[in-house]
Amino acid sequence: MERVPIVKIGQTLFVSIQIDLEDESVVRLQEDLADQLTATGARGVIIDITAVEIVDSFIGRMLTMIGSLSRLFDAETVIVGMRPAVAITLTELGLSMRGVRTALNAEKALEFLNGRI
Amino acid sequence: MAEVPIQSGDDVVRVRQHVRAIATDCGLSLVDQTKLVTAASELARNTLVHGGGGTARVEVATSSRGRTGVKIDFVDDGPGIPDLELALTDGWSSGNGLGLGLSGARRLVDEFELISKPGAGTSVTVVKWSR
Repeated sequence: MERVPIVKIGQTLFVSIQIDLEDESVVRLQEDLADQLTATGARGVIIDITAVEIVDSFIGRMLTMIGSLSRLFDAETVIVGMRPAVAITLTELGLSMRGVRTALNAEKALEFLNGRI
Repeated sequence: MAEVPIQSGDDVVRVRQHVRAIATDCGLSLVDQTKLVTAASELARNTLVHGGGGTARVEVATSSRGRTGVKIDFVDDGPGIPDLELALTDGWSSGNGLGLGLSGARRLVDEFELISKPGAGTSVTVVKWSR
C-alpha cells in the first residue's frame, strides 16, 4: 500500500494525491491526518485531487469523512482541483459529498482558510 | 482482452487501469471513460468485499449496429445475492457503505446485467459504448 504524504505549511496541512488510490491508502490518509491535526494544531487541510482520475463511492465517502473529522479538531478541510469528468461522474453516481468544502484551486482554498483563522 | 484477478485492494486499482487503457483505445470520451472506470471500481470492490474475490474480464465489444465499446464481466464464487431488486436500490447496503455501489454503477454504464443466486456466486456484466 502506498501512503499519501502530508506537508505542513504555516497553519495548513497540504495533501496532494498523486497515486492511484486504493481503499487502504485513503483509510490510512484519514488516520494520518487526524494524527497530524492533533500533533500540529493546524487549522486547515487542503486536499488537491487534480491528479485523481476517479472518485468512487468509497473514496468520496472517505473524503467527506475527513471533512467531518477535521472539524472535530477545529480545522476546516477544502478539496481542490476536482476534474470536470470526475464531478460529472460523482453527480451521476448519486454522491452528494454534502458538507465538503471545495475550491477551484489551492490558492483560493488558502485565501478562504486564512480568512477564517 | 485482459483477465484480472481480484484478490486484494491493489487488484482493484489494476482493474481500473486495464479498463482505462481499453476504454482509451476504443475511443470513449473522457467523461465516458471516467464513468466506466468508476463503475468498474465499484464492481471490483463488490467482487472483493462481498464475493470474497474473483476476476474481471475486460474486452472490446461490438454492437449489432457496429459501435465499439468496452465490456467487463465481474465473476465471483461468493455467497451470492438473495434479493437482487433490493441490492439494486439506492441507499441499500449490506455493509457499512453508502449503498451506491451497484445502483450507482448501473447508472454509469449503458448495459448492465446482474446474475446471482444464494450460494452460487455473482456475475455482473457491464458495457459502455463509444458515441
